[in-house]
Amino acid sequence: MCNQAVGLVAAELERKGISTVAIQLLREVAQRVQPPRALFVPFPHGYPLDAPGEPGRQHAVLEAALCLLEARAATPPVLVDFEPVGDG
Amino acid sequence: MGVFSEFSLSVRVFLRAYRWRRIDPVPWAPLEKPLAECRLALVSSAGFVSRDQQPFDESVRGGDVTFRRISNDVDVADLIDTHRSESFDHTGLSRDPNVAFPLDRVRELAESGRLGSLAPTHLSLMGSITAPGRLVRDTAPEAANALLHDSVDVALLVPV
Repeated sequence: MCNQAVGLVAAELERKGISTVAIQLLREVAQRVQPPRALFVPFPHGYPLDAPGEPGRQHAVLEAALCLLEARAATPPVLVDFEPVGDG
Repeated sequence: MGVFSEFSLSVRVFLRAYRWRRIDPVPWAPLEKPLAECRLALVSSAGFVSRDQQPFDESVRGGDVTFRRISNDVDVADLIDTHRSESFDHTGLSRDPNVAFPLDRVRELAESGRLGSLAPTHLSLMGSITAPGRLVRDTAPEAANALLHDSVDVALLVPV
């Protein structure tokens, strides 16, 4: 439900001219709801930015999300898999 | 992994039968300037509130579609998890709210110059919304207007 909620809000923000990127924890839901730009992360619910107290791993997710915003050639809907480095 | 099999049988049955709201057509606002010149806002559905704010209301049928404005100046350690769902582990959120409301991390990105600036307020929702009609009709436009008022260029949305 969280995945759908942020996707629906993201769509309205895009309609108003705000560029968005939405993290998604359920690929099936992202494919059905179609948020404009989505980064699918392979983490359990409750951990969208990976591990607590691990700024480096959280930054890795954020950087991947920001890169989606910068991908000018992309066409909607964008759904990209986040690939953790190391033991992530 | 974020997969349906994480959930209890009753939740899985509900999710399989649920009619997800499809965004169609998909709107698209391309980035119009470098991120180093953009103002970013966080929109998290993890149900966080500041200490002086009302918790989200788990008794609302179909889900509480209100949102809280979270000051950019807040101490992340003071954010309180009021999400009602028992379908996920809340331990990480309690230990480090940045896991779903990465305010310290985006502050670091603004300080490093990766981002231009941060919005004066960010938005917090509680995502257990099974009936999203009012979310789409009322909440999302109010959220958009709040961010536009703050001259926000880009938003990062984080479910939980």
